[in-house]
Amino acid sequence: MKLELRGITKKFGALVANDHINLTVEAGEIHALLGENGAGKSTLMNVLYGLYRAEEGEILLDDVVQHFAGPGDAMAAGIGMVHQHFMLIPVFTVAENVMLGHEDTKTGGRLDLVAARKRVREISDRFGFDVDPDALVEDLPVGVQQRVEIIKAVSRDAKVLVFDEPTAVLTPQETDELMVIMRQLKDAGTSIVFITHKLREVRAVADRITVIRLGAVVGEASPTATNVELATMMVGRAVDLTVDKAPAIPGDAALVVANLNVLDAHGQVLVNNVSFEVHKGEILAIAGVQGNGQTELTEALMGLQPRVSGEITLDGKSLRGHSVRQVLEAGVGFVPEDRTEDGLVGEFTIAENLMLDRSNDEPFVRRWNVQRALLAKFAVEKVKEFDVRSQGIETPVGRLSGGNQQKVVLARELSRDLRLFVAAQPTRGLDVGSIEFVHERIVATRDSGTPVVVISTELDEVAALADRIMVMYRGRIVGIVPGDTPRAVLGLMMAGEAPAGEGAAA
Amino acid sequence: MSTTQGQGTATDTATSPAGQPSRWDRMFREITTGSAIISVLAVVLALVVGAVMIAFTNKDVQASAGYFFSRPGDTLAAIWNAVSGAYSALFQGSVYNFRRPSFAAGIKPLTETLTFATPLIMAGLGVALGFRVGMFNIGGRGQMLIAAALGGWVGFAVDLPYGLHLIVALVVGILGGALWGGVVGLLKARTGAHEVITTIMLNYVAFYLVSYLLRDGFLQTPGSNNPKSPATKVTAVFPDLLGPNYILHFGFILAILATIFTWWLLARSNLGFQFRAVGLNPHAAKVAGISVKRMYVYAMMLSGGLVGLAGINQVLGTTTSGFGAGLDSGIGFDAITVALLGRSKPWGVFWAGILFGAFKAGGFSMQAAEGVPIDIVLVVQSLIVLFIAAPPLVRAIFRLPVPGTTRRKTQVNVSQEVAAK
Repeated sequence: MKLELRGITKKFGALVANDHINLTVEAGEIHALLGENGAGKSTLMNVLYGLYRAEEGEILLDDVVQHFAGPGDAMAAGIGMVHQHFMLIPVFTVAENVMLGHEDTKTGGRLDLVAARKRVREISDRFGFDVDPDALVEDLPVGVQQRVEIIKAVSRDAKVLVFDEPTAVLTPQETDELMVIMRQLKDAGTSIVFITHKLREVRAVADRITVIRLGAVVGEASPTATNVELATMMVGRAVDLTVDKAPAIPGDAALVVANLNVLDAHGQVLVNNVSFEVHKGEILAIAGVQGNGQTELTEALMGLQPRVSGEITLDGKSLRGHSVRQVLEAGVGFVPEDRTEDGLVGEFTIAENLMLDRSNDEPFVRRWNVQRALLAKFAVEKVKEFDVRSQGIETPVGRLSGGNQQKVVLARELSRDLRLFVAAQPTRGLDVGSIEFVHERIVATRDSGTPVVVISTELDEVAALADRIMVMYRGRIVGIVPGDTPRAVLGLMMAGEAPAGEGAAA
Repeated sequence: MSTTQGQGTATDTATSPAGQPSRWDRMFREITTGSAIISVLAVVLALVVGAVMIAFTNKDVQASAGYFFSRPGDTLAAIWNAVSGAYSALFQGSVYNFRRPSFAAGIKPLTETLTFATPLIMAGLGVALGFRVGMFNIGGRGQMLIAAALGGWVGFAVDLPYGLHLIVALVVGILGGALWGGVVGLLKARTGAHEVITTIMLNYVAFYLVSYLLRDGFLQTPGSNNPKSPATKVTAVFPDLLGPNYILHFGFILAILATIFTWWLLARSNLGFQFRAVGLNPHAAKVAGISVKRMYVYAMMLSGGLVGLAGINQVLGTTTSGFGAGLDSGIGFDAITVALLGRSKPWGVFWAGILFGAFKAGGFSMQAAEGVPIDIVLVVQSLIVLFIAAPPLVRAIFRLPVPGTTRRKTQVNVSQEVAAK
């Protein structure tokens, strides 16, 4: 089915999220929609899916103008969507999830699960998926859950499939498998819209590429374009794809982690016998696909995990079994991976958030009283130093953009005397300008002699920042390798393959 | 390729600002801390609905409605008389009675309002404090009873000099409430037991425990068969504020002090800062080194202590002739309404308490003067809560803009982000 969007314009108040966007996806084509966070990709797809009504423009399927009042209409017309955050009910089986919303019933309103199971088997056989219709969705790995989403869309006869950032949660292997599936779907005549900001994937699978920036189409590119060409189009200016940093001058080992294990409430091993050192003046990047124990390892360092064994020492003093407050007071700065959930109180002002982890002692608290004048002065200074764009220090941080929120977190953590700095996913969801700023700050912290641990699932970020790279897979360390290790090697390590011989003990 | 990082589409999806808390959290927060204008409009709306009900239940209105189409003026006049009469009786019974000869006598209703308001303010502050830490303290009744029983016992059974006796009874009462609330905090912190369930159950425990002690235990008046305590000794009774002709007592000063304390605690102290952080985002508070569990315990102790103050106020100030198990007379639950109406802000609670005190004082005279059933006042009170709990309804009726709509939020978010580039 051929999909055509003509002159789609979607406004939110004064902001034009989509400005006369034209997009044509031919039948049996993989069309990549490339753009930064906030460029308007998801808005456009939500218009297509009937979630938003566009102010102007029309949607055509096989040259017939469509009017979607909601996702139901879009689905009925043959548009399917695989959301980034899966729309599945964890406690339902695969078959139940697939039939959800258009359940077949037998007499008396009984669900026809037999037919649903058959349908799931039929589709998974067609594409070579190995999906058990009776498995509970919550028991399935992320990659398989995504396949359930695909089965769901295909079972409703979707002729146009939209993949919204599908690879964010996948391992490189699962990503490769997804690419194969996308090609199969394409060969079966399905049109595919592939939303992403990852240049490599686009070049691997797309037939055509449309780049959007600030809500408008800035051009089409062919999959043969180089990374730098695509990035420049996406960002709108020449982009320096590397971070300027001098070679590290590592000092003594500061953070020493030995035989660390973390268990969850059911006794499942999340971090398995992990040992490593971080030296003063170096950045150790912990790489790995989301969910391989990095989060739990970081939380164990911060005193946020209850079931930890092994040893964590910072400058010779043990940190294991200490409360979060004691860890912070020992001089550990922490940027949590989910800043809105764990790093900031959205309703608090910028100033209040800047004292969030110093609410017990001087300078901000004296004899039970918050020193408001001092805090205001401090906040004004920090807002300036970290270039936080806001209406003033009394603005609730929830109203700031992601980049400015992250600057508030950085300002808070970096304005203490640090003996260790831990930054988890420091640039997740940020725009390019903020990413550069955050990276500069992290490198500056390293250069001041502080040991730095960066946890990132993005290979690009790891490669840009790391002096050494530690790769984790299923809770174990696959290896610790130098910062200039080729991407291909890292990719294999992220899938659990130890590097050939070298580096494992570095 | 460092330009293309960041996988979350938090800022990409224009309508969902990053990090939405769950629906329940948002609802809880909106109901407990929404804007003051909604509170005021909820009261106005409730009074309007109350007026309709007064008109419907009035005999004259019912009689004249029978011939409405021949003489509609009669019906309208009857409605006007019924409603204006009722509300003016409410005013005269709660603020100033114009029919009395002197100012000193005319102002008496206001002092009654303030006396009724005193425990409502105290207990309302306790409930509001709980709200700000994200907890629903429904245990006002139990905390008041325990506070009154312990403090009341000190009041009638212990011999101490004037002044000291009062202070000791007061402190023991507050500690009793703090203990009863603290148990709830401890259970939540240690075991995760939900405070709504534990407070309700502890209400029963306290009620039957105190009932038992009043019948067979050390709270009963010696030689009496009534389940009632002896009278509070004079040395422990709150002094009158305006002389013996008025019922207003020292408790009201305590209510003002409690309001100032709670305001300082929440707005100025570091403990209050930590309370609010836990109430708004317990995850971030935990990561910032604030012990969330400890805050639950402290908050419930302070909450229970404030509610306990209301309990002790009843036995040392309002009814000093001895108390029974019904001494809370619904204040523990009305306090929830007061806290909601006051938007969990200390001064908001103060004024909401006075409004409810006025309803209580005026409700009786409304019934006496105009024959309006006292239930109407209760209906008005309940409607206030109903409207507060449904902000979209109030906004729709008064055509107020929806605050922080997705549209506006997006605008701010994205325009700033664009600016940041």
